[in-house]
Amino acid sequence: MDSALATTDPNMPETEVYGEHEHVALPQHRHHFETEEQQREAGSFGMWLFLLTEIMFFGGMFFAYLLYRNWYYPAFVAASNQLSVPIGTANTAILITSGFCMAVGVWAAEVRKRTLLVVMLILTTVFGVAFLGFKYDEYHEKYELHHIPGNNFNVSMFTNPAAYGLKEDPLPPDMAQKTQIFFFLYFAMTGMHALHMIIGIALLFWLTWRAHRGDFSSGYVAPIENFGLYWHFVDIVWIFLFPLLYLINRHPMH
Amino acid sequence: MSAAIGNTILSLPDQSTAQIPKRNYINNEHGLLSWLLTGDHKRIAILYLISITFFFFIGGAFAGLIRLELLTPQPDLVSSDTYNKFFTMHGIIMIFLFLVPSVPATLGNFLIPIMLGAKDLAFPKINLLSWYLYVIGGTLTLAALVLGGVDTGWTFTTPLSTHYLNTHVITAAMAIFIAGFASIFTGLNFIVTIHRMRCPGMTWFRMPLFVWAHYAASLLMVLGTPVLAIALVLVALERLFGIGVFDPTKGGDPLLFQHLFWFYSHPAVYIMILPGMGVISEVISTFSRKRIFGYTAVAFSSVAIALFGFFVWEHHMFIMGVSNYSALVFSLLTMLVAVPSAIKIFNWAFTLQKGSITFETPMLYSFGFMGLFTIGGLTGVFLGSLGMDIHLTETYFIVAHFHFVMVGGMLMAFLAGIHFWWPKMTGRMYPESLSKLAAVTTFIGFNLTFLPQFILGYLGMPRRYHAYPPEFQVLNVLSTAGATVLGVGYMLPMLYLAWSLKYGAIAGDNPWQATGLEWQIQSPPLTENFTETPIMDHEAYDYEWLANKTKNEVTTVG
Repeated sequence: MDSALATTDPNMPETEVYGEHEHVALPQHRHHFETEEQQREAGSFGMWLFLLTEIMFFGGMFFAYLLYRNWYYPAFVAASNQLSVPIGTANTAILITSGFCMAVGVWAAEVRKRTLLVVMLILTTVFGVAFLGFKYDEYHEKYELHHIPGNNFNVSMFTNPAAYGLKEDPLPPDMAQKTQIFFFLYFAMTGMHALHMIIGIALLFWLTWRAHRGDFSSGYVAPIENFGLYWHFVDIVWIFLFPLLYLINRHPMH
Repeated sequence: MSAAIGNTILSLPDQSTAQIPKRNYINNEHGLLSWLLTGDHKRIAILYLISITFFFFIGGAFAGLIRLELLTPQPDLVSSDTYNKFFTMHGIIMIFLFLVPSVPATLGNFLIPIMLGAKDLAFPKINLLSWYLYVIGGTLTLAALVLGGVDTGWTFTTPLSTHYLNTHVITAAMAIFIAGFASIFTGLNFIVTIHRMRCPGMTWFRMPLFVWAHYAASLLMVLGTPVLAIALVLVALERLFGIGVFDPTKGGDPLLFQHLFWFYSHPAVYIMILPGMGVISEVISTFSRKRIFGYTAVAFSSVAIALFGFFVWEHHMFIMGVSNYSALVFSLLTMLVAVPSAIKIFNWAFTLQKGSITFETPMLYSFGFMGLFTIGGLTGVFLGSLGMDIHLTETYFIVAHFHFVMVGGMLMAFLAGIHFWWPKMTGRMYPESLSKLAAVTTFIGFNLTFLPQFILGYLGMPRRYHAYPPEFQVLNVLSTAGATVLGVGYMLPMLYLAWSLKYGAIAGDNPWQATGLEWQIQSPPLTENFTETPIMDHEAYDYEWLANKTKNEVTTVG
């Protein structure tokens, strides 16, 4: 039997036995972990690994962006100029604020302040929704300009910018077509980012409800911590997307 | 008492008194729901085993149909479109639904927590979620099949898959996307478990090599699979909206798809083979009664394979117009992967040297693995060299090469592992002589099927065609005959293993006198694996420790 393993050898290292110290077990402690500390470490380690897979997931699109930006530089510059820097900047600020609220929320859970945690989670959600609202507005504008890739894509703004009141240099027709690739990558990358935000907001509703119930006010903070990691990761993706899509090689319109 | 007559180490308890332990993970709870909602890694492993076996036989049926069509040079059984669907479904099912989850999701799931002295994997719910994702992915694949099939080949090559075919590409891509997440979650669970759940005394270099191999494979699953996921999402979007990211007429680059696809799909080869190598390490050590020669080297070679495996993907693209200089670098890196693989083969060979070798079924399969994997690996070096690759790529030489690695290597390892741990999983032995017959049949059938394909490929028969010049017929008939033998070889274990569930001899705790922690507990194990947390106080594969332990047990009990 297995107990023989632990008992037959008298020289077993006593000091390495886990779970000996006094600790009041929390109801959230799962049976297969030796200690709560092990459970918490495993949870956050798992989250970091998951974020690693997310980096690889977005990495494929960043790679495509890198490739096509090198190939079709003028198209990327012209198309990038059509994105609104003020809205992008405002959204960046909103998202960072949301991340800040989340960080305060994690702290509130650690020091067991239930009300503060709930308020911070709600604020995180509000700023997240605000971000998506602005994003929707930007998407809607692109829809009206026929800048959504596909059969209805219209390049006339890039072949004949003067007709739209833009002081850009016109692009040759074949290069103007390539703006479609920029817009595809723009929609794919920001869309995938927005999808992650929507999933995050759904999780926030659930966490807020649980926090309100008092689940995270007695020392069990792992879900809040791990969600915090996820939410900051989503922030960081945007921190890379914003300069790549909105700012790089932007020039003032002459 | 034991059947230690001459050439076996098999030691079974007295069959007249032996019983399956009253309480174990199989009878701990009853009812279908207790299985479908379980968090127990052992039960999830069994669920996975049943589902991958189901898909293996579907994939095998397509292989049979392909070989049947190729019996004659004329296209007489099916039309070319149908033939394209056959090999596509064969590839998709065998790779994503059988080979990738084969050893990790079944044996790995079952054994890794026990080998580490843990009660379960770190995230039991995610483990169960992984199985459900696999089932959804499998169902979608079957849906794609029933709705009319896919004919892109398992590689989804653009622009073929995005522009020229009107089959169920999106359904199949969705299926693989979802099954991919099953694989990511398995890998994630393994890595966290191996880092955080080891029992006291279980240092990294006391872990069985099975665990090391799974650690390396898990790294690949976690880092590679998301890239495949995004590549397939882009293919689906391209089909749905015609956005042009892989479409050359709109400025897209089909080669970009190749890079993204093979960035996963080459490492995927190592996801498939590394866990198999882990199985072989356990089996070879047990049946030669020796610690694995060069334990550390074998452990690190797994990690090295995982590392190098990420930097060779372009060797699938040598003829696709990539730069000569990068092809040169990738060719060199490809040959470098042969080094850690060879380290494993040589170390296993040295483990055998002066060992007390016995020839039980798992050992026969392992010998099959060593020989066939070596041939498969060496032909991989041929293909990695630029000049040879241009001659041989897209011919049956490629087909033979990867079937030697995947079927001759991985499937042999899978069967070795299933036989080796069958007594642990079920508490009963499989019938030894019949299973030896199956092992030999598989080996003969395999060689008859795939050796002729090396020659066919070298002579220039292209892959993925359903007709061929008449001079290739003799070799094709040999190959089809071999496939029939191989089919029998795979049906046999299916039948006698099912038979053994009820009629097999009671195995007892440690029928092979093996040293792993999993053999020191009852078979089948308890739901919580160990009655108290074990303490690892010896190195892996320490047969002296085992002999002492058994001796002590006898004196204290008697």
